[in-house]
Amino acid sequence: MATTNTEIVLDGELGDEHGAAELVAEGVHAWFGDHHVLGDINLDMPARSITALIGPSGCGKSTFLRILNRMHELVPSAQLAGQIRLNGVDIYSRNVRATDVRRRIGMVFQKPNPFPAMSISENVLSGLRLSGVKVSNKEKGDLVEQTLHRAGLWNEVKNRLDNPGGALSGGQQQRLCIARSLAVRPQVLLMDEPCSALDPTSTGRIEETMHELVETVTIVIVTHNMQQAQRVSSHCAFFNVDEGEPGGIVEIGTTKQIFEDPVDARTADYVHGRFG
Amino acid sequence: MAMTAVRGRLAGAPPDPKAPITPKNFHSKDIVVLVLAIGGSFGLTWLLFSQLLPLQGLQGFLIFWAFAFICMYYVAVRDMDGKMVARDRVMAAIVTVAAIGITIPLILLLAYVTLQGIRFVRLAFFTTTMADVGPLSPATETGGLHAIVGTLEQVGIAMLISVPLGVMTAIYLNEVRGRLQKPVRVFVDAMSGTPSIVAGLFIFAVLVSSHGFSGFAAALALAVLMLPTVTRATEVVLRLVPDGLREASLALGSPEWRTTMRVVLPTARSGVITAILLGVARVIGETAPLIMTAFGSTTLNTNPFSGPQAALPLATFQLARSSQQADIDRAWVFALVLIGIVLVLFVTARRFSARQFGRR
Repeated sequence: MATTNTEIVLDGELGDEHGAAELVAEGVHAWFGDHHVLGDINLDMPARSITALIGPSGCGKSTFLRILNRMHELVPSAQLAGQIRLNGVDIYSRNVRATDVRRRIGMVFQKPNPFPAMSISENVLSGLRLSGVKVSNKEKGDLVEQTLHRAGLWNEVKNRLDNPGGALSGGQQQRLCIARSLAVRPQVLLMDEPCSALDPTSTGRIEETMHELVETVTIVIVTHNMQQAQRVSSHCAFFNVDEGEPGGIVEIGTTKQIFEDPVDARTADYVHGRFG
Repeated sequence: MAMTAVRGRLAGAPPDPKAPITPKNFHSKDIVVLVLAIGGSFGLTWLLFSQLLPLQGLQGFLIFWAFAFICMYYVAVRDMDGKMVARDRVMAAIVTVAAIGITIPLILLLAYVTLQGIRFVRLAFFTTTMADVGPLSPATETGGLHAIVGTLEQVGIAMLISVPLGVMTAIYLNEVRGRLQKPVRVFVDAMSGTPSIVAGLFIFAVLVSSHGFSGFAAALALAVLMLPTVTRATEVVLRLVPDGLREASLALGSPEWRTTMRVVLPTARSGVITAILLGVARVIGETAPLIMTAFGSTTLNTNPFSGPQAALPLATFQLARSSQQADIDRAWVFALVLIGIVLVLFVTARRFSARQFGRR
């Protein structure tokens, strides 16, 4: 993992863990074995904003997302270069533990994956148990209620908190996964096409939730849905990949600018549905 | 709606639109054909066997009957509904006949053992030992307490050894996937082919020749046999846990061992219990390894670490070799009690793990 930046960063200190944080990617490259999948990504994801990563399939958006919370390194042949800075601190620096990074940068996946062997309230609290945070019994009930409220699920499950976590509809399961990620109080929440497996009503609920969350959590969302990107995000990055080239960012800008007045012709083609 | 309307017009009376239609593929005429095929093939077989051909024997009768039934059924259905339906029905019939055929030996086995053993079972079997019983005593005076205690202790200790080791090996093979994965897997597979007598001999050479017979030595031999079964079965179950759950747990900031302990194993819980049961089933009736390790006894020995110990399959074996009929009858009793314990074990465990995969 090469660090080309000579800026002095606080090695091993991820800093204050409260409040939405800013994520900066600088000079990020990624490989799977010899296959160069991402080339020279530079992106600024400001705090308290929603940044959408859009682009055709296979251009490396999900790979980039996984680099942001150190899930990329779980694949045996994966390699990367560059820096990812959380509030100024490189998350790949030697003294920073991956588990600390993942607690501060949470992730919601495309396919909802609540833990079937746990009840709904246990699912919500599982993030704390799994990352080793102790919570007193009194605080547990409050925390469950609070996070389920934030995820927009409280009213639907408040009477059946002890039912198994898998016994919910798809949209409810995804909101449960969001609640689970929120319970550890992340500073950034990464969402990998969270609504692609859901119906429009559930999608709408989740987008409402995103708007409510953004004050306390920075959100980065990968989406194939152009309208969703326009509805929820304030900034957009358009990824693209050419034959034989690694994927890369073509254009970055505010959502308004990307969709109404894109600079690059490829961006214009993509957002107007002419390919991808 | 249109279909029901058409049927109503054809039938003469309008059907109630709210009444549910249950589509059936197997109508009463098909049942008649099936019954007639069974009856006809039986009659043909009986005729051939008793009157026309010099064929004899119950097994021959059954096989011929099954064969004749398949042929008759095929011809009858083909005449009525055509070749495709006939082929489909005949395949279903063949599969059903095969399934019935498999249950017959099992039922016969259980029935025979029960019949032979039940006349000599007394309540005293579970509370006394063979200490005061000799080969000439009547078979109703049998004591099995020492053997029951022996089997339970030996299998219990074997479980204590092989279940943690087996589950941990399965976790290594599937979750950790270290560099030794291939060699370990080869060894586990090779171990599963160990002949049980060899396992017994091995423990005899290593432990018994220096420390004497004991239930613990028997437990070690059983553990050697049980370990590969538990490992492989657990590994299969762990593989069934979706990767998405592991990813979700890691994304929450969980270290890998916690992911395995708190997410993967609880999700696979009922499968792991089944794997353990498979291991127990593999060894609970083993006799060969016990001959040289537990050696057997007629008195109660509750200490598995010193002194020879009896066991149910071992006692069955030793009694069945005797020349006295009373001893052979006793062997049936021991066998019956062993089968009974296995049955109770399996029923309780099935109920325990009958919940849906991963649910509580």
